Amino acid sequence: MNQQATTRMGINKQTQQEKLRSRPWVATLILVGGLVALALGIAVSVSFGAADIKLSVVWTAIFHFNPEITEHQIIMDLRLPRVLGGVMVGASFAVAGAIMQGMTRNPLADSGLMGINAGAGFALALCFAFFPGLSFMYLIFYAFLGAGGGAAIVYGIGSMAKGGLTPTRLVLAGAALSLLLQALSEGVALYFNIGQDLAFWYAGGVAGTKWVQLKIMLPWVGGAIIGGIILSRSITMLSLGEDIAKGLGQRVGLVKLAGALIVLVLAGSSVAVVGSVGFIGLIIPHLTRYLVGVDYRWIIPCSAILGSLLAVFADLTARMINPPHETPLGAIIALIGVPFFLYLARKEKREL
Amino acid sequence: MLEKTSPASFDQARNKKGLFVMLVLSILIVLVFIISVNTGYIRLTPIELLKTMFGSGTAKQELILFDFRLPRIVISVLIGAGLAVSGAVMQGVFRNSLADPGILGINAGAGLMVMLLISFYPTTAAAPVFLLPLVAFFGAAVTAILIYSLAYKRHEGVSPIRLLLTGVAIAAGMSAAMIVLTLKLDPDKYKFVATWLAGSIWGTSWKFVLSLLPWILILLPYVIFKARVMNVLNLGEQTATGLGAAVNREQFKLLAAAVGLAAASVAVSGGIGFVGLVGPHLARRLVGPKHQLMLPTAALLGSLLVLIADTLGRWILQPSEVPTGIVVAVIGAPYFLYLLARTKS
Repeated sequence: MNQQATTRMGINKQTQQEKLRSRPWVATLILVGGLVALALGIAVSVSFGAADIKLSVVWTAIFHFNPEITEHQIIMDLRLPRVLGGVMVGASFAVAGAIMQGMTRNPLADSGLMGINAGAGFALALCFAFFPGLSFMYLIFYAFLGAGGGAAIVYGIGSMAKGGLTPTRLVLAGAALSLLLQALSEGVALYFNIGQDLAFWYAGGVAGTKWVQLKIMLPWVGGAIIGGIILSRSITMLSLGEDIAKGLGQRVGLVKLAGALIVLVLAGSSVAVVGSVGFIGLIIPHLTRYLVGVDYRWIIPCSAILGSLLAVFADLTARMINPPHETPLGAIIALIGVPFFLYLARKEKREL
Repeated sequence: MLEKTSPASFDQARNKKGLFVMLVLSILIVLVFIISVNTGYIRLTPIELLKTMFGSGTAKQELILFDFRLPRIVISVLIGAGLAVSGAVMQGVFRNSLADPGILGINAGAGLMVMLLISFYPTTAAAPVFLLPLVAFFGAAVTAILIYSLAYKRHEGVSPIRLLLTGVAIAAGMSAAMIVLTLKLDPDKYKFVATWLAGSIWGTSWKFVLSLLPWILILLPYVIFKARVMNVLNLGEQTATGLGAAVNREQFKLLAAAVGLAAASVAVSGGIGFVGLVGPHLARRLVGPKHQLMLPTAALLGSLLVLIADTLGRWILQPSEVPTGIVVAVIGAPYFLYLLARTKS
């Protein structure tokens, strides 16, 4: 009897350790293998399209660019920025999701579900309506502001409620705010006759990505991801619980503020480029945590790589389903993301 | 000291108050109706309106009133009532105050089927008006079953929260599927579908009224007839079983009626959300939780809300129109957020 109890306790301890384990080897494998797969994905994505271009031509186009060859121009002006945009956006959404899930210990955190994307989208709708022809630099800035506003409203309402901030409440508040902002954006679009521009943008896609946008976006996204990696140690502690993090001597408020800023920069700039693509930030961090364990020092870089992979391959699929038409990237990812979300909502044992 | 009132007299007072509230709401609907008839590109004064109604207006006035404004107003009233009662039933059956056919993804399911019909139907000219509610009902029912079975867990049953989360996710999936479909449409159909999705009451002809009417006329009285059962169900499943209600069967019937009401409304109106949420809540505030009073009050409130939204939508950005669904969302979403902040988990 006694022995049984002790063995059971032993098993419990073991499973707990199992759960809290970190797997640096797997993580390294993902980082290396992921980069190789990403390079492959980029190559395939660039060569595939209305005009099939051989991989060798892709190679020469990138490293020995010759503006007189049409294929080189297609690659440099259309395909390459698009693929690189996908890489950046995938990485941003995934890292933003990972940081949100780690900091808030909310398994359903995702910038699409939390009203951040909707906020950025509404800000952009206002920009298109009132300041048409605004440069991309300012667009990104206003998208940040909108993302911040959306997040503030959802979190504010969630924490105002009796019983505090539960994941369900956040999801519901996010859903309602998204509906509201979408309705307002549609109203603005109707009034100013910018519906067509906005509709495609809402559906989410990397098709129109330009080099200028990438150049403006890169320092923000790069800086934010590096910031996330620097912050990852603290996020690991926070993910164990706020009290534990405090007990270990962490300045919780400061870390949370920094994390929130990083999330807003990542989500805001991504939404400004591709529109509202949800679910990357939900799927990828969960998958990564399952693969590499609970240490955010590995989760964040691995999420970035896997998120890029997902975005690049989803974009490739989007172009292959119904050529020559393009299926919006957001719809493709939602088709993968919805079942995953359902799985999470079912699996979660405690009341969400 | 609390004043002692016998339950009977308390009940009577409640009933009186309930009837009074319904009367006021009906008067308000008539008032908004008059304003609504006058709102639009061409105005009709109340006297002209009366004249036209009794058959002595000019041909132009008759055209405006009978062929454009009136069907639209009648449809607003009908779908408002349908959606509000549908929401009331869902809130009662799931015992969750945030349930609403829009939030639960049932509207999205109906919408997806309608879009499939439109996109695979050969011509837009002969749109199969009477088929729309049927097809929408099919889509809504399949979605409802899907949501219910995905939220169902053995030993635990369906927790209200899992139901809501599942609904939100299904709605996202359905909209994604709809987006994929819209891009394949030719421009004419696309425009039709886009306005439909935004929830404009596009059925400006009596055909749509006729296709919607039987659903409302059968299902609305049926649900109100079941008000007693809903009162008992509200006490909780165990108590209701103890009181002799066949809980599962009644729940199923009521839900089927609610899905039917929502689907028929959505088929005509497109994506109008939040009516099913706001109507029942305000009704409960005004007349209390007793379903005999609450359901008709909710129906009237729903009608009033959609009618006001439709009128506002025609008026705000004249001469262009704002789809009713947008106006309703702008009113309804803040209310939802307010409720969310107030309720305990």
